[in-house]
Amino acid sequence: MPVTWLVLILLALAAAGYVLGRGRALHAAGGDSRGLHSLPSYYGAHVGLMALVPAMGVLALWLIAQPLVVDNRVSSALPDSAIPESATRGLVMSDVRRVADGLDLAVSEGVMTAREAREVRTDTTDVRDLLGEVGVALGSDVSPAILDAAQRYRAMTRTATTLMSALVLIVAAGGFAVALARTRPDFRARNVVESGVRGLLILAASIAILTTIGIVLSLIFNTLEFFQLYPAWDFFFGTTWSPSFGGGSELGIIPLLWGTFYISIIALLVAVPIGLFSAVYLSEYASRPVRSVAKPLLEVLAGIPTIVYGLFALLTVGPMLVTVFGDEGLGIMQAGTAVMTAGLVMGIMLIPFVSSLSDDIINAVPQAMRDGSYGLGATKSETVRQVVLPAALPGIVGAILLAASRAIGETMIVVLGAGAAARLSLNPFDAMTTVTAKIVSQLTGDADFASPEALVAFALGMTLFVITLGLNVFALYIVRKYREQYE
Amino acid sequence: MYDAPTLERHVSQQETKFSARNVHVYYGDTHAIKNVDVDIEDKTVTAFIGPSGCGKSTFLRCLNRMNDTIDVCRVEGDIRLDGEDIYDKRVDPVQLRAKVGMVFQKPNPFPKSIYDNIAYGPRIHGLARNKAELDEIVERALKRGAIWDEVKDRLDAPGTGLSGGQQQRLCIARAVATEPEVLLMDEPCSALDPIATAQVEELIDELRQSYSVVIVTHSMQQAARVSQKTAFFHLGELVEFGETGQIFTNPVDDRTESYITGRIG
Repeated sequence: MPVTWLVLILLALAAAGYVLGRGRALHAAGGDSRGLHSLPSYYGAHVGLMALVPAMGVLALWLIAQPLVVDNRVSSALPDSAIPESATRGLVMSDVRRVADGLDLAVSEGVMTAREAREVRTDTTDVRDLLGEVGVALGSDVSPAILDAAQRYRAMTRTATTLMSALVLIVAAGGFAVALARTRPDFRARNVVESGVRGLLILAASIAILTTIGIVLSLIFNTLEFFQLYPAWDFFFGTTWSPSFGGGSELGIIPLLWGTFYISIIALLVAVPIGLFSAVYLSEYASRPVRSVAKPLLEVLAGIPTIVYGLFALLTVGPMLVTVFGDEGLGIMQAGTAVMTAGLVMGIMLIPFVSSLSDDIINAVPQAMRDGSYGLGATKSETVRQVVLPAALPGIVGAILLAASRAIGETMIVVLGAGAAARLSLNPFDAMTTVTAKIVSQLTGDADFASPEALVAFALGMTLFVITLGLNVFALYIVRKYREQYE
Repeated sequence: MYDAPTLERHVSQQETKFSARNVHVYYGDTHAIKNVDVDIEDKTVTAFIGPSGCGKSTFLRCLNRMNDTIDVCRVEGDIRLDGEDIYDKRVDPVQLRAKVGMVFQKPNPFPKSIYDNIAYGPRIHGLARNKAELDEIVERALKRGAIWDEVKDRLDAPGTGLSGGQQQRLCIARAVATEPEVLLMDEPCSALDPIATAQVEELIDELRQSYSVVIVTHSMQQAARVSQKTAFFHLGELVEFGETGQIFTNPVDDRTESYITGRIG
């Protein structure tokens, strides 16, 4: 039975449970809800939850565990002779899975009957061609051992799915029955639902955390795989970036890091003064009407998608810079795509980020500080410069670091504005590229995921992740230290 | 214990520093101060007493135009410092505040060193020609604030690290450092314990030698202890103004008597 149907059945059961549980509780109390411990809807929710939640839990666990177990069993049954010299067990297993999925697909599309699929032989049928017809491409011809493993894979999966459906339905029915039996006027359904809600919230929080851990783990494993194929020293300290899928590529991260930092620094040079000054104006000088108009307007900038900024860089800023610095003008700029183009536009993107964070921080400086300064005969700008900004400085530094980590992670503006050449140059009017842009270009296109040229993307992602994580942690540390000062 | 001495307190007639006539203050639509006339004398401690929300702090903040920093606040009437209208267009409120120092309810040292806290005012007003002079000003202010002995060995320590009473005396020293002519104090002891309060009150009494001091307080005992003149505010009006001894022992107005004896408040 497909999982969708299973879920729909569970939901129907839960809905029925709600109605039945509510009715049973009301009936037991003689139709007067005042005789119940909890409101009738709690009894209904109790039955519904008991039918739904344990069954869903079993379903989720099974769906996670099943492929692992089946994979493991099939893989261990695969003879060593079935694995060619050039491949690994993992690669052969992915072939097995593709053949199995392909056969299932062929059956469901009506190319062959279920019986034919079960009895297909490599010496009578060209399995590769057959699967090609249904859109499953295989790298090589299917050997008997692989076909054998694929058939075992299919059989085990089918059995497992049947078992799962049965188990899930039994658990759901059991929960339903138990809950309905417990529904008596003195049963504390309200408290049970309360703990159910708490569990739900914990689940939501843990999903977010587990996803983060999952992302990091997948990055780590792929990165380790990359470092087995390519020396870490050459990656971290190589000054040339020239991937070629034919082999012999040089994958040094230095030019990419240089591009990333160069563009980020230009972006921050634009964003920090403008953002900070506008924050000071908005929080200290602007009257209330001006502020209520100007602040949302400034924050509109934050709502523009980065791809639009990218277009702005490509179509407006780049050509504008070329007219001044290009061959017609100073002659130091070859094309519209350059570090300066991307940096300027990224800086504009970061202005609302810096200004709204700084604005919050400046507003958090107690009014007593300003009063103290005004009371001594200081002007507004003296007060801002000598009292408010120093008091807010740690928080502002935190805001700048957060902006920096956004700049480092930005992709679209760089792809469109900075060019694609990985280059180590000091001239800000040269085209360069960043770590993020190269991750995109290494993974798009028909790259083989086992090659170092594709796997390098994970190492790049990991490096980027570590850098931005470090910046964020540092920023949070500074912001927290600042908080202690006034509370 | 201070009941009797107030009667015998010697009050000499001093020249007038502030003279306010027909002062009205509005916060938006709220009429916060209604037609207040008052004369504040030099080298005298004047106390403003009254229940919460009666406008005494508002009136105090009119005297150095701190209300200018509040958008919705509007001041009408005539307030003169040494005969000059402080709300005249030609008067720079920033200069005025240097002449009329202010100490706030909660101690508000800047998050800087003790030295920089005191040197802040002299620096922005250019009172010192060199470092040695500035050192001298800081030392003198700290001595006037009666806190020199406690902090002289740690002038580089942050001002926020001092105790509440020390912080308030630091703020008084900070206000004194710009050589003001009048010192306004808005409930300077409300955040302090009794010992720190006693120290600050003693300090206020010493400051009277050189300045005109105006103090807003919720504590009638404090007003009786430190002031020579007392003004009683009620619902935005100045009900009664006179010598402290007379206000506390023989008030003219019924409302003053009710407040002092605790029947309204």
